Amino acid sequence: MMKPQGAIARGATNTLEWLDARLPVKEFWDKHLANYYAAKNFNVWYYFGSLAILVLANQIITGIWLTMHYKTSAAEAFASVEYIMRDVPFGWLVRYMHAIGASMFFIVVYLHMFRALMYGSYRKPRELLWIIGMFIYLALMAEAFLGYVLPWGQMSYWGAQVIISLFGAIPDLGFISGPEIAQWIRGDYLVSDATLNRFVALHVIAVPLALLALVVLHLTALHEVGSNNPDGIEIKENKDEDGVPVDGIAFHPYYTVKDLFGVGMFLLIFAFIIFYAPEMGGWFLEHDNFVPADPLVTPEHIKPVWYFTPFYAMLRAVPDKLGGVIVMGAAVFILFLLPWLDRSPVKSIRYKGWLWKIMLTLFAISFLVLGYLGAQSGSATQTLLARIFTIFYFAFFLLMPLWSKWDKPKPVPERVTE
Amino acid sequence: MSSEGVNKNRRRFLTGTVSVVGAIGAVGVAIPFVKMWQPSARARAAGAPVEVTIDKLEPGQMLKAEWRGRPVWILRRTDEMLATLDLVEDQLRDPNSEAQDQQPDFAENQYRSLNPEYLVLLGICTHLGCSPKFVPEVEPQPFDPDWKGGFFCPCHNSRFDLAGRVYQGVPAPLNLEVPPYSFLDDNRLLIGIGPEGAA
Repeated sequence: MMKPQGAIARGATNTLEWLDARLPVKEFWDKHLANYYAAKNFNVWYYFGSLAILVLANQIITGIWLTMHYKTSAAEAFASVEYIMRDVPFGWLVRYMHAIGASMFFIVVYLHMFRALMYGSYRKPRELLWIIGMFIYLALMAEAFLGYVLPWGQMSYWGAQVIISLFGAIPDLGFISGPEIAQWIRGDYLVSDATLNRFVALHVIAVPLALLALVVLHLTALHEVGSNNPDGIEIKENKDEDGVPVDGIAFHPYYTVKDLFGVGMFLLIFAFIIFYAPEMGGWFLEHDNFVPADPLVTPEHIKPVWYFTPFYAMLRAVPDKLGGVIVMGAAVFILFLLPWLDRSPVKSIRYKGWLWKIMLTLFAISFLVLGYLGAQSGSATQTLLARIFTIFYFAFFLLMPLWSKWDKPKPVPERVTE
Repeated sequence: MSSEGVNKNRRRFLTGTVSVVGAIGAVGVAIPFVKMWQPSARARAAGAPVEVTIDKLEPGQMLKAEWRGRPVWILRRTDEMLATLDLVEDQLRDPNSEAQDQQPDFAENQYRSLNPEYLVLLGICTHLGCSPKFVPEVEPQPFDPDWKGGFFCPCHNSRFDLAGRVYQGVPAPLNLEVPPYSFLDDNRLLIGIGPEGAA
């Protein structure tokens, strides 16, 4: 039953039909939004996926604007960032949006990953979804590290020095040695203009391209297997006569509207930090980075930005250079194996037993404590604590096949709960 | 496409050879992209030897030079300083400088130098490349109550004695690196070239 249409509506319909005959616009819209069914019981933890896309967009747009004023040169980089902060109209705002956006990106991603940990979103059939997500996390760490070097302050410079030196711990491979690899990365005998230039190229072009490709893969995999939910129940196993999951609701308009509310709350917090606490007491922007890079003077206390400190604490906890690098690398790599380490018969924390809940709580605490310790100077007590929590971090994963089996789960309901 | 009457062996052979040739081509194309990351001719030229005048250096004093963009320390050690080298030996990881590549052959000795009086070191911590501090005072320090003087890295608390030898139980794995150097005469050092002319 067609209503009589005005000329404009008719024109719009005709345009859409013309487009759809040449590009699967409607098919795409239906597959990913209007007919994509997600469980009706999403809670607050389900905001962080869409928020990650929002922050990614923020980083790309503010990043493009910053490159319009940034100077890619060791002699000019620091001054050009100060120029952006002081002389460029609204330069301070866009630069803060970008620099604080990096920290917000990690907050959102860490919460997103913790959500997966709680509700078993990495379990079959979502193993590949989790692995693609881990690659996004790796790309994000690379992107954040590279970007942190660009303002060419003391912490940029010495942070780059420390991280590139990690490659120097690689044993001699015969055709190339660790220090030669480090020199190849620097493009000089020290961290210099050559290093900065290639880091700009990687930060502005290479890694963002990889990141976008990975996000497309992540969403494609998600929409193939379907979203998990706080009950960890597969809604696709219970469909009505139209093939629609009975516990599912269409992503658009139901979850687009919900996510818009999340966007509003997020922007409120983001704006508050930008305007009232952009440095976050030295946690988001480190004080030493307001001093221009000096290759001959090391800052008193080198520490990475907060989102790397848990791994940095593990690096320092090992009294051996190669051993420390291996432990740090393993701490990230072990997350890839998570889908095969968890042997619990249920997915969601809601139906797992007390052992799982205690272990997950302790894991979250150890990650936070390691994050705190990695930002401290590393006294004997702090090193001891870092060692204890590093051992727990690894025990959580390596012994998971055992304790996740010992754990006594509760019965899982047939349908998602309200 | 019909696959009747196809010579499968020939097809497999062609697929295989094209893949191999293609892979070789891909590796060949990758070489310039990998090599472009190496230090440029200009960076290599800037790594040339550096001459340092040391006639103003009093006993116990240290001066800093720069070679290849890295700090080079030249410490004129007093007899008291040299005497501490024996005292700390049992606390060191590698007192006899046996680990390779941390010093030219001429510095493989207790003093780790050509002339015991003058210590020449690259001022870069062998842990993660920070620049340690020179702490010559023989007095209790927060990081070592029994400090005999030496170098202390504030990044991760690595400690080195007055010959740049690393202490045990610190994150730095190796002694501080001794660059190749030689004396042009009593008052001038050349950093970057050893006495035998080795780079």
